[in-house]
Amino acid sequence: MIRLDRVAKSFPGPRPRTVLDRVCLDVARGELVAILGESGSGKSTLLNVIAGLETPDAGTVVVAGADLAVLDDDALTAFRRTHVGFVFQAFHVLPYLTVAQNVALPLRLAGCDERTAAARVSAMLAAVGLAERAAGMPRELSGGELQRIAIARALVHRPQVVLADEPTGNLDPASAQGVIALLRSTLQAEGATGVLVTHSRTAAASADRVLVLTVAGLAPFEGRLS
Amino acid sequence: MNTAVVQAVLGGAFTHQRGRLALSVLAIALGVALGYAVALINAAAVGEFAGGMRTLSGVADLEVRGPRGGFDEALYATLARDPDVAVASPVVEVDARIAGRDDALVVYGVDAFRAAAVTPALVGAADTALDLLRPGAVFLSPAAAAWLGAGPGGTLTVQSGVRDVVLAIAGYAGGDAGRRFAVMDIAAAQDAFARGGSLSRVDLRLRPGSDAALARERIARTLPPGVVVAAPRDNAATTERMSRAYRVNLNVLALVALFTGGLLVFSTQALSVVRRRAQFALLRTLGLARRRLVALLVAEGALVGAAGSVVGLAAGYGLAYAVLRVFGADLGAGFFRGAAPQIAFDAWSALVFAALGVAVAMTGSFAPAREAARAAPAAALKAGDEQQAFARLRSPLPGLVLLAAGAAATRLPPVGGLPLAGYGAIALMLIGTLLLLPRIAALVLARVPAPRAFAPALALDQLRGAPGQASVSLATIVASVSLMVSMAIMVASFRQSLDDWLAALLPADVYVRAGPAGDSAYFDQRDQQALAAVPGVARVAFLRAQALVLDPALPRVTLLARDLPGDDPEQRLPLVGETLPRRAGDPPPVWVSEAMVDLHGMHPGARIELPLAGRTWPFVVAGIWRDYARQQGALVVERATYVALTGDRSATDAAVWLAPGVTPAAFRAALDARFPEAARAALSTPGEIRALSLAVFDRTFAVTYGLLAAAIVIGLVGLSSSFGALVLARRREFGVLRHLGMTRRQVGAMLATEGAAISAIGLATGLTLGFVMSLVLIHVVNRQSFHWSMALSVPWGSLAALAAALLVLAMATTVASARQAMGGGVIRAVRDDW
Ligand SMILES: Nc1ncnc2c1ncn2[C@@H]1O[C@H](COP(=O)(O)OP(=O)(O)O)[C@@H](O)[C@H]1O
Ligand SMILES: [Mg+2]
Repeated sequence: MIRLDRVAKSFPGPRPRTVLDRVCLDVARGELVAILGESGSGKSTLLNVIAGLETPDAGTVVVAGADLAVLDDDALTAFRRTHVGFVFQAFHVLPYLTVAQNVALPLRLAGCDERTAAARVSAMLAAVGLAERAAGMPRELSGGELQRIAIARALVHRPQVVLADEPTGNLDPASAQGVIALLRSTLQAEGATGVLVTHSRTAAASADRVLVLTVAGLAPFEGRLS
Repeated sequence: MNTAVVQAVLGGAFTHQRGRLALSVLAIALGVALGYAVALINAAAVGEFAGGMRTLSGVADLEVRGPRGGFDEALYATLARDPDVAVASPVVEVDARIAGRDDALVVYGVDAFRAAAVTPALVGAADTALDLLRPGAVFLSPAAAAWLGAGPGGTLTVQSGVRDVVLAIAGYAGGDAGRRFAVMDIAAAQDAFARGGSLSRVDLRLRPGSDAALARERIARTLPPGVVVAAPRDNAATTERMSRAYRVNLNVLALVALFTGGLLVFSTQALSVVRRRAQFALLRTLGLARRRLVALLVAEGALVGAAGSVVGLAAGYGLAYAVLRVFGADLGAGFFRGAAPQIAFDAWSALVFAALGVAVAMTGSFAPAREAARAAPAAALKAGDEQQAFARLRSPLPGLVLLAAGAAATRLPPVGGLPLAGYGAIALMLIGTLLLLPRIAALVLARVPAPRAFAPALALDQLRGAPGQASVSLATIVASVSLMVSMAIMVASFRQSLDDWLAALLPADVYVRAGPAGDSAYFDQRDQQALAAVPGVARVAFLRAQALVLDPALPRVTLLARDLPGDDPEQRLPLVGETLPRRAGDPPPVWVSEAMVDLHGMHPGARIELPLAGRTWPFVVAGIWRDYARQQGALVVERATYVALTGDRSATDAAVWLAPGVTPAAFRAALDARFPEAARAALSTPGEIRALSLAVFDRTFAVTYGLLAAAIVIGLVGLSSSFGALVLARRREFGVLRHLGMTRRQVGAMLATEGAAISAIGLATGLTLGFVMSLVLIHVVNRQSFHWSMALSVPWGSLAALAAALLVLAMATTVASARQAMGGGVIRAVRDDW
């Protein structure tokens, strides 16, 4: 489902930095891979490369059968719209939309008709356990609830790939536990492939496979989880 | 206060927002500059005027004055014998038309020996006393000499009747007074200007120890009708009052510019505070007191205001200097003829305007500061909370109360002759509407049907979710558009009414005025017959203009004695409202201008007395007419009545109807051949008079347009600056949307929709409010300022063009801010690990 072959990325500037150096990664359909790494090791950059938000300097990226190198900005946008879902550390739920409207965003972007969209949104909200908050505003929700909304939004349009960048970074341990379990189960239910970036070993423990990103590249994680 | 705290609060404002901050400073500077310039110009004009009046009235304790045409000189002898009077100095004052020029010079005829004791400035500087009495000798004030380009040894030719009088310039008078005038011997002046036996003024110096108030009262009782006695100071004040409404209007326009500047500071501060919300929340969490945060942010506004004031004062001084050089003190409106104004740095008004600039900027910062301090620190620390700022819909009550108060204020009378309540009404309506803006925006947005396309639909969602924020961007544009529109409608109505008025007033083919300026030119009876006998003339109607004192506290009113058609005298008058049917036994009719109603309390049916030729005569007010020429008031009587009562058969103007087929040019040629003296008269067709009047009108309002254009520029800058700040504050949101699969173009379309919606709401609100405010300007402010009414006439075409241009500009502005916001990696804006 996701194949990265010797991907390199460096950022120019007064002190140029090579962030990704010939990184290879293979994620199978339906698999959930967790990536650990120090802050600044390039985890977010890696996710951005997978999403087509950053263009690598070298190497190939194939996601859901598409070689991202040949797509232009509009095509990459369309690719994200159909194939990718995101979960962010800071939730990024739009404050001026209701909970249901937030979840519906990817469907509206895809031009889905209202009736189907409404049914799908309530199904997703039910799946994340927030059906009764559908008409509420984001400011009325706690962090854990907001992240569950974000998970619903990431999966509502049935993407093949869900990318989660430190989804528990802003949460207390109890909420974090719940969010990871929810992510795991919904991914499974929807048959989606997931990449979970985190520096929490507890969170990583629920993944099928755990990798660690260092200057040397991606390697299987050897240490103890939780 | 701890500098670290100050730095923590204000940090970012002065470094990251330099461009926006500079705009705020400039907006305040513009308002202060305009206000200070207007104040300086007014002070220069009025100061010069009043100073001139002082020079001319010298050490007189009292002044006796009457109709412009003068009063019987026998009164002088009575006054001179009065037990309280030490010296009485008789004066003949003639506004003499200068031959060959469309200008007049005031010539004072004085008795040099008496004037020396009362008004020394009115005595010529001559080698021997005999020179002062030489009949053809005239002495010029230095300003007059400079203006005429003539000096001792030269001659001054002036017009009397339709003939020339050549005077020899014998020297200077008046020391260094800046006013233009000439003096000559009183008997010579009476002779030269056919004022034999009449005086314009008698200046009185009282005996030491006599009570001026008592003497004044006693003398007043002995005076014939139409002649009054007053302290010179009061006369100067009366003259000054004539131009006051005009000057106050200019001041108000300048304050309007300052007010829009304050709104720009408000928007800029509001959004800059939104951007720094998390920063403030952190400081609050760390223990910064709410009150201190407000104080610091208001201080930030004060700094902006102070900077703007300094720049503005310097610019205002320069502007005043340039305007006085180019246009003169009355900005072309014609109030201060004969004064040569000098600009002087005025510390007091500088201080006042600097304080105003600072105060306006501080007021503009106060609401955002309170909003920042009110935010719950914990919530404000959460990412995305920026959207919460100004999101709350406040109660509409204060806004509605202000609107109602504004409506009520339109019913109040003027204060001291100024339409203060009218201005107050406009201010209340404007502020009330600004307070209601979030409500208005929410109401309108709730009614907009959801667009099908995703980007516009999301834009609408965003606007509906945060109507308060949209209103912040709207404030400046609503204020400037409404002010601009109200002025545009008022000026258009005024211009149209003036045009209609001229058409009603000028039914004849040609108008002949004995002299284009001054009051020394007239047609005597022989001239009138000569004029009527010119071949090609079908009919002539004459007019005699005179000025009377009706109320010692008010300027003279103009009396127009006109030849009116006997069967229907009113057909030639631009009447407003009802007229009184004539009844047998009534005194003769008088038609009064609207100013007579406002200033002298006249109304149709009222019986009034007019002082003519030293007696009072009863008249009945038969109707009210509109007069755009004489703000202080005018009366029309039938010339036959006037002649019967006064014996004065002279005329100042003639309306000439030509026989079929005779052109004005042919008439001019025939006139030159048959009546050569008429070469000195001014001949004009209604078309020429109309063109000239409208040109003067447009020149007077050019300044107004300038000030309004400034307000509009500030409004657009405010919109662009505040919308830009909003967009910048939302970069993270755009980043998220790009992640979710929105294209660059879609984000652009979303912002363009938001910009268009905000601009459209702002324009629609501004247009509506502007229309209502124009009604207040027309029916309250204008009426109370100038005492004339006008018919509403909305310039739909120009307004539509203005609205379209503003909409395009506003949208271009928002698209530009969108471009800027989308540049430079919005995707990185989603970074969480900050
Ligand atoms: N657009 C960029 N320009 C310059 N440097 C960048 C950019 N994006 C990321 N970096 C740098 O690359 C490194 C890796 O960043 P990131 O992928 O965000 O790390 P993390 O593993 O903490 O998510 C950091 O040192 C960061 O400063
Ligand atoms: Mg990261």
